Amino acid sequence: MSITQLSALELRDHIADGKLTSEAATQAYLDRIEACDREIKSYIEVDADDALQQAREVDQRLAAGDSVGCLGGVPIAIKDLLCTRGQVTTCASRMLQEYRPPYNATVVEKVKAAGGVLLGKTNMDEFAMGGSTENSSIQLTRNPWDLSRVPGGSSGGAAACVAGGMAPLSIGTDTGGSIRQPAAFCGVVGLKPTYGRVSRYGLVAFASSLDQIGPLAWSVPDAALLLEAIAGHDPQDSTSAPKPVPQYSETVDQPLKGIRLGYPREHFEAGLNPEVAEKVQAAMDVYRSLGASITEISLPHSKYAIAAYYIIAPSEASSNLARYDGAHYGYRTDEQQLLRELKEERKTLEAAGKYDAVDDLDSPLIRMYRKSRAEGFGSEVKRRIMIGTYALSSGYYDAYYLKALKVRRLIRSDFDRVFENVDFVIGPVTPDVAFPIGAMTDDPLSLYLQDLYTAGANLAGITSISVPCGATASGLPVGLQLQAPAFEEERLLRAANMFQAETDWHTRRPTLG
Amino acid sequence: MNPPTYEIIIGLEVHVQLATRTKLFCRCSTQFGASPNTQTCPVCTGSPGALPVMNRHAFQLSLQTAVALNCEIPRFTKWDRKQYYYPDLPKGYQISQFDLPMSEHGWLEISDPDGAFPTKRVGITRAHLEEDAGKSMHDEAAGKADSRIDLNRTGTPLLEIVSEPDMRSPLEAKAYLTELRLLLTYLQVSDCNMQEGSLRVDANINLGIPTDDGEIRTPIVEVKNMNSFRAVERALAYEAERQYQVWQETGHRIGDVPKQTRGWDDQAQVTKGQRSKEESSDYRYFPDPDLIPVTVSEEQIDEVVKKQPELPAALRERLQANYKLSHYDADVMVNQGRALVDYFIEVADRSQDAKRATNWVQQDVMRTLNENGIGIDEFPINAERLAELVLAIKNGELDSSRSRDVFQFMMDEKSDLQAALKALGIEKVDDSVLVNLCRTLLEANPKVVADVQAGKQQAIGALIGQAKKQNPNVNPGQVREICLQLIQEMPS
Repeated sequence: MSITQLSALELRDHIADGKLTSEAATQAYLDRIEACDREIKSYIEVDADDALQQAREVDQRLAAGDSVGCLGGVPIAIKDLLCTRGQVTTCASRMLQEYRPPYNATVVEKVKAAGGVLLGKTNMDEFAMGGSTENSSIQLTRNPWDLSRVPGGSSGGAAACVAGGMAPLSIGTDTGGSIRQPAAFCGVVGLKPTYGRVSRYGLVAFASSLDQIGPLAWSVPDAALLLEAIAGHDPQDSTSAPKPVPQYSETVDQPLKGIRLGYPREHFEAGLNPEVAEKVQAAMDVYRSLGASITEISLPHSKYAIAAYYIIAPSEASSNLARYDGAHYGYRTDEQQLLRELKEERKTLEAAGKYDAVDDLDSPLIRMYRKSRAEGFGSEVKRRIMIGTYALSSGYYDAYYLKALKVRRLIRSDFDRVFENVDFVIGPVTPDVAFPIGAMTDDPLSLYLQDLYTAGANLAGITSISVPCGATASGLPVGLQLQAPAFEEERLLRAANMFQAETDWHTRRPTLG
Repeated sequence: MNPPTYEIIIGLEVHVQLATRTKLFCRCSTQFGASPNTQTCPVCTGSPGALPVMNRHAFQLSLQTAVALNCEIPRFTKWDRKQYYYPDLPKGYQISQFDLPMSEHGWLEISDPDGAFPTKRVGITRAHLEEDAGKSMHDEAAGKADSRIDLNRTGTPLLEIVSEPDMRSPLEAKAYLTELRLLLTYLQVSDCNMQEGSLRVDANINLGIPTDDGEIRTPIVEVKNMNSFRAVERALAYEAERQYQVWQETGHRIGDVPKQTRGWDDQAQVTKGQRSKEESSDYRYFPDPDLIPVTVSEEQIDEVVKKQPELPAALRERLQANYKLSHYDADVMVNQGRALVDYFIEVADRSQDAKRATNWVQQDVMRTLNENGIGIDEFPINAERLAELVLAIKNGELDSSRSRDVFQFMMDEKSDLQAALKALGIEKVDDSVLVNLCRTLLEANPKVVADVQAGKQQAIGALIGQAKKQNPNVNPGQVREICLQLIQEMPS
């Protein structure tokens, strides 16, 4: 078996046992990236020298008998939404194309402290807004299972690089399904932790009350390992929970007895691809065979989840993205061009005797803001900034933002009520499998509906995982979603691993190159 | 004087920079005067991905202030984003408090030592915490150079204290500001330095004009850019008169025109209209999802109340009641700050002579402080030594005519009383020595004796001068007394 087919846990143990060096492992992944990523384009940037340098440092520490942390020498890909000091952090936006942060995200620090080796930064939808990674201003990422299809998004690069064997572990972010949906589309495991489980410090904010960082991997134990490394309270993030972090990777192999699963009828209604429904039903049968009880439940407000989500997330985004104004960071429009333009406009207006319009002309500062933002942001980002700005405007706030917050509370209480009777909510991750590139470009609303089953977990702040549970006739992966109450990651991972212990979907790899 | 033709209605918004070492949401220093952009970090420069974490000390200082301003403290308060674009606001929003401020519904009592207006309570609408913006420096050579931004101030904690429109004259507004600054200084929550921007004042002002159809109100104008309390007083006086004239010309009432903002031009001594375009902004406030709400417990507030220092108003009353100071004197003393009051109290307590202590502190001590521009902590005569001086005068051991020399010596030489007396050759003259001196003088001046016997007691004055010449330590009062006694005993 080649190095890039080993699990992260196997890699770590081989490195610890001296069967393999971190440098060799890292080199193997760099070679694989070199060979395959020209096609997949999952990485925005790979700093091979830096990765090998990190790997050698881990090897030296090991040789010196020092402890190297739970990720000891394992290469890891990072979504380009997380700040890495001195390295590009583009958020897949023209706005930040040249941005190099002065600091590392807490998660990046934690990965390094745990002995992880940063391989590179992965592609995504611009500022994590989208579900196909087609909104990246940098490049188009392809689904390793079918190069004509999208990898999902927004953590499309993060999922595709794992699926393509170009990283054993990868870190993504999930605001409405951005880890779980691409994980499902690419046939890998993706976990969205409870809000507050992982520090958001250094995660470039899309929607602060919904964003959460989480792991992607082939197997549940690998995801457990990475979560263990990155979870925990951070004094630099007030919203991170001051709760101890269990050793997820130690318990993930222990099956749970007598678990109660509930499937929401709302997640099996019209719009669900029958093939997806069939695979999810089959997965439920696997759980039945393991002694789980399965009952139908209802999340009556889940039909409002998308509406609430697409008010709250854009509202926060409109505020979070205000800082990209051309004054401090990233892209600024050509100032000389701008001044010439204003001069021309003034001349034209004066010649036409439109002096009122002359008075209303932008000041150079305002015009600089306008043009920098118009040129620096892609259309989906601009669409959401406009929706959010509108929703927060005086006169509309109560009808949109405040109403959405009320719906959010109802969605949360739906879950609270359901979890009184079941341990986990089970169902599909997405209504459909990976779609062809370009299929939804002109139809943002259809794309928004991709989040139908996933956004609820973000609104409720609970934890949720996507595990591969089959493939369609045409060979496209299908994902199974399990959702658990807040801070129940330990049990969620064990429940998910019960399924993987019985099935082999997670061992199937796409053929590349 | 004619009754006023209008009533002035004033409300004030005061921004106070809290005396924390670090900023409100990060650990950068708040020290004034550092090189531009040296006291910054990813958080206060709004770097993508950085998150704010509340400075507990800033919240504590706000609590102390709110309690001292008799405010109600809600058990739950949150942070909101106030959104607008400006280059010195790097996040594109300011973290502030909108609908659930950390305190509201308080009051501050103001009075005038000369009784120019009756003592009154000015309502405090609310006091809330927020972060400061950075500083923009514009090159005046228009178009020639770029504007420059200094983000050192960005994120500095500000307490915004909003008053009710309860003030009825520029003098009351000034009294409110003076009392507020004094309170903040006593609480040590801010250095209140207006030059460094630690205390900033905006005013809202309009007029109530009695007419035949009842009182009408003129449109409210916000006045900004006032850099001293004196400027506030002048700007408001100017603005009231201006509004009256505008009303006479236009008849505009409140609501007829959009709220206007005017800036005080200290050079020209006028208010000038600012672009109304900047006014009609929608700040799109919403709760900041990066910060958790703050809960305040009953115990926390009790603790603040328990540890509250004596406030200026209470101190003034104590000085009047226990030390018999006049309202005016108490006011003057308290306005000098707690350290001077403590100094005075120690002198008064040790000497058990509040009246002499008051005179010494208010005249000689304060004059010296003012002349040298120093604080009481730098004053060379400590309270214990001044008390000795006062006591010596009180006990007649030191003649008051020489006390200023002694004071000066103690100050110059940083000496105690005994050393000063010794150096100046001042000692108490023995009674028998004094009687002998008087006797000798009377014998040498029969005309004085005759004049006194003829009823002209003031003739003794000539002898006092001579006595002092012969022995500078003699007490003039005693000389007078003994001489009169001796003359009386003479056979006539």
